[in-house]
Amino acid sequence: MNKVSKDNFTQEKYKYGFVTEIESEKIPKGLNEDVIKLISKKKNEPEWMLEWRLSAFKRLEHMSVPKWAKAEIDEIDFQDLYYYSSPKDFKEKPKSLDEVDPKLLETYEKLGIPLKEQKVLAGVAVDAVFDSVSVATTFKEKLNEIGVIFCPISEAIQKHPELVRKYIGSVIPVTDHFYATLNSAVFSDGSFVYIPKGVKCPMELSTYFRINASETGQFERTLIIADEGSYVSYLEGCTAPMRDENQLHAANVELVALDDAEIKYSTVQNWYPGDENGKGGIYNFVTKRGLCKGKNSKISWTQIETGSAITWKYPSCILRGDNSTGEFYSVAITNNYQQADTGTKMIHLGKNTKSRIISKGISAGKSSNTYRGLVSFHKKAKNAKNFTQCDSLLVGSECKANTIPLTENSSNSSSIEHEATTSKISDEQLFYCMQRGLDVEEAQSLIVNGFCKEVLQKLPMEFAVEAQKLVSISLEGSVG
Amino acid sequence: MLEIKNLNVTVEEKQILKNLNLNIGKGEVHAIMGPNGSGKSTIAHTLAGKPNYNVESGEVNLNGEDLLSKDPYERSLNGLFLAFQYPIELPGVTNASYLKQIVNAHRKSRKETPIDAGEFLKILKEKSKLLDIPMDMHSRFVNAGFSGGEKKKNEVLQMDLLNPSLIIMDETDSGLDVDALKTTADAINKLRNDERSFIIITHYLRLLEYIEPDYVHVFQNGSVIETGDKTLASRIDQEGYS
Repeated sequence: MNKVSKDNFTQEKYKYGFVTEIESEKIPKGLNEDVIKLISKKKNEPEWMLEWRLSAFKRLEHMSVPKWAKAEIDEIDFQDLYYYSSPKDFKEKPKSLDEVDPKLLETYEKLGIPLKEQKVLAGVAVDAVFDSVSVATTFKEKLNEIGVIFCPISEAIQKHPELVRKYIGSVIPVTDHFYATLNSAVFSDGSFVYIPKGVKCPMELSTYFRINASETGQFERTLIIADEGSYVSYLEGCTAPMRDENQLHAANVELVALDDAEIKYSTVQNWYPGDENGKGGIYNFVTKRGLCKGKNSKISWTQIETGSAITWKYPSCILRGDNSTGEFYSVAITNNYQQADTGTKMIHLGKNTKSRIISKGISAGKSSNTYRGLVSFHKKAKNAKNFTQCDSLLVGSECKANTIPLTENSSNSSSIEHEATTSKISDEQLFYCMQRGLDVEEAQSLIVNGFCKEVLQKLPMEFAVEAQKLVSISLEGSVG
Repeated sequence: MLEIKNLNVTVEEKQILKNLNLNIGKGEVHAIMGPNGSGKSTIAHTLAGKPNYNVESGEVNLNGEDLLSKDPYERSLNGLFLAFQYPIELPGVTNASYLKQIVNAHRKSRKETPIDAGEFLKILKEKSKLLDIPMDMHSRFVNAGFSGGEKKKNEVLQMDLLNPSLIIMDETDSGLDVDALKTTADAINKLRNDERSFIIITHYLRLLEYIEPDYVHVFQNGSVIETGDKTLASRIDQEGYS
């Protein structure tokens, strides 16, 4: 019965796996002070930033790679990586899109992210990061008019040093763990967002990360600050070419929400996952943390994780402000030999703080998918509440799903609710749908999308349909 | 329209159907009766192409085409509909979106454009009314938490939406109370026409009192042992199979 469908499976693989033929300029391989100084120089950074990087690097020398995740990771030779790569002759970011290399514009067009103003998605401002540099940002001026700053972090370091200095490293300490420290030393580009008091950002802000160069690590750094009473919705997307070697993406993302502010952060992660035998693919080791600093503030993480050979990320919320809220909505899909170890930490410090965790893990092929989470109530977190729901769906019989929810409770007036389920797409379900005219892929996609609908609905509308398609494509070839 | 010739089927290495022969003409209604384990449901599943129902030998033609070489979804697109004895639950998938998707799968195979949302809703309302199905059932998940009656009605609704040429009903009457049985049978009778054929698998006479069959076949040990008209059903009801 699967003969016809199996042939169809292999056709649509990873459609973002192309390489842009563009000359790049790289800082020689290796991790040392000179490389860090060169990165800082390329970015034209002030002295304080270089010092910050160097102090991180000093700490790094005494740290080692964390080994606790449920993933088999090949040893990474950190001296055998390029830490900076940019398109050649890219000294300064082009002032207008007319000056951007047409090859770059074409690349983003192919990825479905048109950057030319007449073609851009209505209501979405985009920052496009190519390897280590931001190549274009749309709608910047329009946002400027209402005081919203949306620019590459390299630009913010020069133009808004007071804000960057105040908040960078304030949520993820420089010495948090090996990859966070590494990022602090060598970070290249990412986005910076500041929403002023009382402003509801009228458009979706988004950053599109693309790794193009080979043997190159990407060290994204993003900082989002929502001042009192403001609101912003931000989305990031990620893709990379198909290469046989593993590539490293180690990002640090920090969010700060002041009194009554709200940040909604969504990720559609579609890094190259490696081939069906587990060769190649991105190592996605990411530290994302949000601080609900002010009272009544809210941070909400939504992630659709479909790519990468290994994903390792725990977007977390520190709920310091009284009555603040943290949310985590996740769909993680693994197929073939992919490994995902993802979840969240909700740290309740303030009174009446609330958190909500909805995690949907889907494993297929020979993959492994782990939810790892921590809900922690500190002494002062009176009347804090958490609700956690972790559902796993297995496709086939060779994959693994694990759920590791931890709780720490030092507050005696708080409440934690936890629900977990594991289910399998049954042959009966597939047959039922097929009897009504759906082929095996359509049937599977219907069932899987039903399984994770609750999370997909949290995405900004502009991206929800794309995400649904991505969910279906990621599982191709897993039944049969 | 449907010809079954010398069909032998095994399930988990056990032979269930033995040299089965059956011909069903256009517009005819055939009832299949028989004791438990006689192979009634096996014929339904084999015709629909359920995995693990292995055809060892024999031939089945539907509308002149070889049925057995086709995938289950192709059989559906070619007009075969099997109403399940135990309809399957699809948690998370709302009934409305599911119904729309299966309708569109059939439209696509006829090279038609997907159905307009407004038009679909109109058709859905119309057809639900025939079956006494409240519209809020469509915002629930497919068959999940449905009562036995709701599940069976939902099968008949799908039957109506997909416009099949051969309908196989596998004990559609089980789990229905008298009122639901009557509503369901009325809806099925409305689907009867000169082009559409039915195979009704049942244990009991009561469904056949509402939907009058042209032929009644008695199954035993995987083949037909007796064929007659509707009076055969009444006789079995009174005397049993032996």
